[in-house]
Amino acid sequence: MTDERRPRLTARAAPYLLVAPAWLWLAVFFVVPIATVLSMSLMSGNLYDGYSLTWEFGNYAAAVGAYWEQIARSLVYGACATVLCILIGYPCAYWIAFRGGAYKNAYLLLLLLPMFVSFVLRTISWKALLADQGIILGTLKGIGLLPEDAYVLNSAPAVVFGLAYNFLPFMVLPVYAVLERMDHRVVEAARDLYAGPVRAFTRVVLPMSLPGVFAGVIMTFIPTSADYVNATVLGGAHNTMVGKVIENQYLVNNAYPMAASITFVLMAVLLVGIFGYARALGTDRVMEASAR
Amino acid sequence: MSGIDRALLRGMTRARMSRRGLLAAAGAAAAGAALSGCGVGGQGGPAPESEDFWAGKESNGELGFANWPLYMDADRTQLKEFTEATGITVDYDEAVQENHSFFGKIQPKLAKGESIGYDLMVLSTGIELAKLVELGYLAPLDHDKLPNFADYAGSTYQDPGYDPGNRFTVPYTSGITGIAYNPEYVDREITGIADLWRPEFEGKVGMMADPQEIANFGLLLNGTAPADSTEEDWEKAADRLKEQRDKGIVRRYYQQDYIQPLTNGDVWLSMAWSGDVFQQNAEEGAGLEFIVPEEGATLWSDLMMIPATAANPVDALMLMDFLYEPDVAAGLCEYINYIPPVPEVQNILKEKAAEASGDEKAFLEDLVGSPLVFPTEDDYSQLHNYVPLSVEQEETFSPLFLSVTQS
Repeated sequence: MTDERRPRLTARAAPYLLVAPAWLWLAVFFVVPIATVLSMSLMSGNLYDGYSLTWEFGNYAAAVGAYWEQIARSLVYGACATVLCILIGYPCAYWIAFRGGAYKNAYLLLLLLPMFVSFVLRTISWKALLADQGIILGTLKGIGLLPEDAYVLNSAPAVVFGLAYNFLPFMVLPVYAVLERMDHRVVEAARDLYAGPVRAFTRVVLPMSLPGVFAGVIMTFIPTSADYVNATVLGGAHNTMVGKVIENQYLVNNAYPMAASITFVLMAVLLVGIFGYARALGTDRVMEASAR
Repeated sequence: MSGIDRALLRGMTRARMSRRGLLAAAGAAAAGAALSGCGVGGQGGPAPESEDFWAGKESNGELGFANWPLYMDADRTQLKEFTEATGITVDYDEAVQENHSFFGKIQPKLAKGESIGYDLMVLSTGIELAKLVELGYLAPLDHDKLPNFADYAGSTYQDPGYDPGNRFTVPYTSGITGIAYNPEYVDREITGIADLWRPEFEGKVGMMADPQEIANFGLLLNGTAPADSTEEDWEKAADRLKEQRDKGIVRRYYQQDYIQPLTNGDVWLSMAWSGDVFQQNAEEGAGLEFIVPEEGATLWSDLMMIPATAANPVDALMLMDFLYEPDVAAGLCEYINYIPPVPEVQNILKEKAAEASGDEKAFLEDLVGSPLVFPTEDDYSQLHNYVPLSVEQEETFSPLFLSVTQS
């Protein structure tokens, strides 16, 4: 009798036990910090007198009023980098999935290899590559393709490029995962039904791969918009992104409530954007397919 | 350690980054650490009186020392000498990479009255120092225990405007914020701050990101001495700086990493720290020129200080004084290449140069002859102190100049 019961009890508890570490993790490292930052964003005071919770909603208005430009710029840079990631990453994923053959894993490894180097070092190395008289620009100037005073480093294109470079694998991998699972016979079926290669792609492959693109967009757009390393390392005098603003508010101004409110404004904008985007693509279908 | 070893060591240990500086990597990591350490603290108080603070305190035979990267050779020669002389062991940590992020890291603990694990730390003249003093986080120094400082520190470094009577700090090393340019690209003579505003250098000028550094240049350009400036002067200075930025003249606001772009020609002229330029020329033959602008420049110091919550303040005070022994200070200067607070160092290194040979001789001769490391009285007369800021002033000052750099 008892022998039968024991495994059943364990079996019933098992899912909860298995999920417990994740909940605990989220509670400690997500819920607690978020709640702390949220309450901080509604405080007032200064470093000398301390900060107290006064439900200072004006912090949000002040944050948007003072830094809407950097917030908007971050979203634009993030969007540009994401589009660039799709344009470069999709064909790459497609090629590996459909033409990679026996070497698929090797190609994926090549794609991921740069990720073994620290994110910041990878970004810094572009400073040398993009230097005014460096290997790329110096050569182009040498053969007269670029005017002598042209530069890329410390400009918006350099930042967007750096973002796209650093987050490319986060676009390729989900797209690849979807394409790789796709039954190739549906493409053959489309061809049999007189669809040309372009039509077969736009009507069959592309719609089926959208969940992967959706996941890729989320995984690139959110971190690129919030990133501050690329703008700090590759940006110039007019490319400050919101991440840097938050850092300065915390560390230079010690204006903790202001920093916290900017953080929440950014989070809110990103959430609204992502939900709007999911809506437009048909949330249920996409979410379901992503989860599959 | 033999002279040749030391020269070799220098070659090996000198990573290609500025002595004060660091890779953005370290900065980013420190920022992360600092962010996680942010608290809701505050509640400063006035510092205790010196006698009260030191009453009943004794040496414990150990101390923790937080300093900037590359501010002491890899062998920690001076600390070994200190241990030999006193028996006190030093736990040395290159923990300070930026003033503000280090301040962010230690502030919550200081606010709670807890030890930060360091008994001696080096931070720069500037806003964070004012905050530390204002919040009562620093131990008042007992000058009876600092005889070497009294005997050997140069007059510029005794009783300075930023810390009257050296109540809380003594300099570790100092430097000039001036202008460096690359003569390979700049074909006119550079004489002052106004040159950084020339339209012909569009996109080729580097400025610093630090609010106070940049404010000083804006103020000096307008003919205002930073120490006497008012809020109105700051606004005028910020306007000048914004004008420079919006005309596209500024390529980038650098944290510490301007020296390589300057060598490469990404920027042709830039605000710069004297020691960085000396090192870059000595080690890479970069051929950069450094000038003290005719409008004036600022003399900054990285200062040794003892947190009020230090567990081993007496040991810290002893090390502080030990580093002012001329021979010790000379050893430090030989490695750091910034301005030592002990003028006697120049003579000691001169003698050493006379005895040395080969590369080391050449290097030492450059060092003792360099106005970047040993400024003349004339140079000193052109140098300004930092704007001393009160708490209320600081709340206007930093945001104002941040609005210049974070566009």
